Amino acid sequence: MRLILEKRADRSPFFAIASPFLALLLTLIAGGLIFVMRGINPLEGLYVYFVEPLTQLWSVEQLIVKAAPLVLIGVGLAVCYMANVWNIGAEGQLTMGAIAGGISPVMFPDWQDPSILVVMLIMGAMGGALYGAIPGLLKTRFNANEILTSLMLVYVAALFLDWLVRGPWRDPQGFNFPVTKTFAGWQLLPTLGGTIHLGALFALLACVALAFVMGKTLVGFEIKVTGSAPRAGRFAGFSRNRMVMLCFLLSGALAGLAGICEVASVVGKLQPQISPGYGFAAIIVAFLGRLNPLGVLFAGLLLALSYIGGEAAQVTLGISDKIAKVFQGILLFFILSCDTLILYRIKLEMGRVGALKAAE
Amino acid sequence: MTASQYLLEAIDIVKVFGTLRANDGVTLQVTPGQIHALLGENGAGKSTLVKMIYGSLQPTSGTIKWKGQDVVIPNPNAARKLGIGMVFQHFSLFEALTVVENISLAMPGKFDLEALSKKVEFYSGEYGLPLNPKATVADLSVGERQRIEILRCLMQEPKLLILDEPTAVLTPQEADLLFLTLRLLASEGCSVLYISHRLEEVKRLCHWATILRHGKVVASCDPREETAASLARLMVGGDIHTVRAAKAPRDGAVRFSLKNASLEADGPFSVALKNINLEVRGGEVIAIAGVAGNGQSELFDAISGERPLSNGNAILIDGASCGATGVSARRKMGAAFVPEERLGHGAVPVFPLSENVVLTRHSDDASLAERGLLNRGKANSIADRVIKAYDVRMGKPDPEARSLSGGNLQKFVVGRELDRHPKVLVVNQPTWGVDAGAAATIRQALIDLARSGSAVVVISQDLDEIFELADRIAVISRGQLSEAHPAHEMTAEKIGLLMAGSHEKETPHAAHS
Repeated sequence: MRLILEKRADRSPFFAIASPFLALLLTLIAGGLIFVMRGINPLEGLYVYFVEPLTQLWSVEQLIVKAAPLVLIGVGLAVCYMANVWNIGAEGQLTMGAIAGGISPVMFPDWQDPSILVVMLIMGAMGGALYGAIPGLLKTRFNANEILTSLMLVYVAALFLDWLVRGPWRDPQGFNFPVTKTFAGWQLLPTLGGTIHLGALFALLACVALAFVMGKTLVGFEIKVTGSAPRAGRFAGFSRNRMVMLCFLLSGALAGLAGICEVASVVGKLQPQISPGYGFAAIIVAFLGRLNPLGVLFAGLLLALSYIGGEAAQVTLGISDKIAKVFQGILLFFILSCDTLILYRIKLEMGRVGALKAAE
Repeated sequence: MTASQYLLEAIDIVKVFGTLRANDGVTLQVTPGQIHALLGENGAGKSTLVKMIYGSLQPTSGTIKWKGQDVVIPNPNAARKLGIGMVFQHFSLFEALTVVENISLAMPGKFDLEALSKKVEFYSGEYGLPLNPKATVADLSVGERQRIEILRCLMQEPKLLILDEPTAVLTPQEADLLFLTLRLLASEGCSVLYISHRLEEVKRLCHWATILRHGKVVASCDPREETAASLARLMVGGDIHTVRAAKAPRDGAVRFSLKNASLEADGPFSVALKNINLEVRGGEVIAIAGVAGNGQSELFDAISGERPLSNGNAILIDGASCGATGVSARRKMGAAFVPEERLGHGAVPVFPLSENVVLTRHSDDASLAERGLLNRGKANSIADRVIKAYDVRMGKPDPEARSLSGGNLQKFVVGRELDRHPKVLVVNQPTWGVDAGAAATIRQALIDLARSGSAVVVISQDLDEIFELADRIAVISRGQLSEAHPAHEMTAEKIGLLMAGSHEKETPHAAHS
């Protein structure tokens, strides 16, 4: 008796939808086991982590606040991955977006009218897009692997921000802390109620817009062709290089926008740490959302829950909030493995007696 | 159980997929040392039958006997243990690895490349399959790659070797070499199950033939005693509609020309095109013959614009230069192209047919993507028109391209372009791996298009096809194209000489003074 993976004749429509749910279930089981190993009642642990945050208004607000950047970045990455362009460096593009968007409030702290907010958002998106263009150019000009270049540029961006806030942009009245002047007034995003800020609206709009582009337009068609059959794309007259640049510019811009939204709301200034790894978690969001812009919306909320749950677990159960990263990692692992079931089926095979006997 | 005269018997095999009876009571009997042909159109059930014998599918009912004993073959591993080897049409080789490394991956037991190299050399000498075990697969021709697959099977000492259309990718010379090997194997008692569409080679090589149509055995005969025409009749059930062509008009205007078209090789395994000249008049079909790998795909890429040339004047469509433009611009000028590879080049495998219409038609038919928005209704109606006009058969409405059989997808890919009535049509290998019925449909459509006033260029390795289609024939070898000669002046010998490069010029620049 043994287990075998058998290729399906067609994609399984059932597992294409069920796979993320199955992955979620397996993640909960694995998570429960981790709680058991830490000596915590698994049901209580999972409740604190995944359910409690949903029972109070302030934490639901937090959920949306945290989901906004995840969705914004994730939807851009989903388009990239659809085109077979592997942008792993959204965290760097987020950082550069925050820096570029932060130029005006840092340089002109007294600029106080709605125009500064517009300038900040545009500069933020442009900063992310241009930073994303670097791996794009390296890919199209020199055929450099974008996974490596985009990932390495994350650390360049992080160190650049570190240098800025410790050096030239440090707030002189900041008691020597590595932070810039705190943004105020029109330098901060208006809220939509509670702590939910404009970023959530941007995320929603981005999802709807990209769902339209991918489903209804020639550009979306081009992206999908380039991703699934590059040779056919060339035959159709589509330029692979143009698509690579387009994807990097788009996902970079969205990551940059997420970056400036974070510093112009939750963080309120530039400092060495501006994101708890949203750019990386968004990779999981993209896959959990089936690379579908509307799917990304739900996946973003789920990943946001993992961050909030991590904080809750730290407070209530006294375990490190790094548990959030563990959960995210386990989740991605299970999604990718469950996706195997879309193209393969598991078969339990019994008794190959006839064939083996005859072979003797 | 008693010893049987048959090595393999498949008795009353039924295989049902959904509502389709892919095999419907098929019986096949192979004696030891026999080269047994399995003939049939695409979709007749040959692959299904063979997959059950090789263990990758299980029959719905029926029995398989091996040396007279009932067996169940749950998977290919079990088939190999019984002594059944199979060479697929599409190779599974790692290009970056050497021959011996590729073979070692399939071998059970210890990993000892030195010993294995010796063994490879021994077998390759024994069976006349010349191969350097240390060569990297990426450097090898298709014929050599096939030899690796065959050697890999032979090294497991099979009693039955299954070959799926092995000559589809081979030159005539390589095919002859393969036949020698197969005859040698048969003389040693190894049976061969040989799947093919090529009736002439079945007549030359095989001792017995089982012919399938619509999942049933329609005949079992000695192919040497049949004519190609009678075999074909059995396969398609009725006389094949032979392609009928009116004479090409002699005075058509030149619609497509190549003038000193040159293209650098774009990699170590690519062929450079050297000063290619060709003029195609409206109304005629020109065939470009040649042995695989002599620059055909490069020529196609240059003509289609997938690799634009540096000299814009090197390619003219209706007198307008387009050498430096891309494929979409050339389509807008009235040209259409059908590449050799259907899946992944001519069509996106995971896209439905309607979306595959958009793939090539978006550039010439503005209504498919007005202001950048896809018009799916329009795409569907074009797909329906093509499907009806060219009798594309499929299991469900608007299926994914990859779910169609090779012949049906080819009809769709060719029909998609013909549907536009292009002024210039360039087709690479129009009937590669396509059954006789579909091939006749496609060839007739190409000739009809030409006779309606368009210029048609067919790049093909199939000489029968070339003689059936072409008004004039040119030959490509090592990236150089011979002059195009009227088809009635050409013989297989003449083409053979040109294939060997008798027209090649040492100094290409002096060639066309």
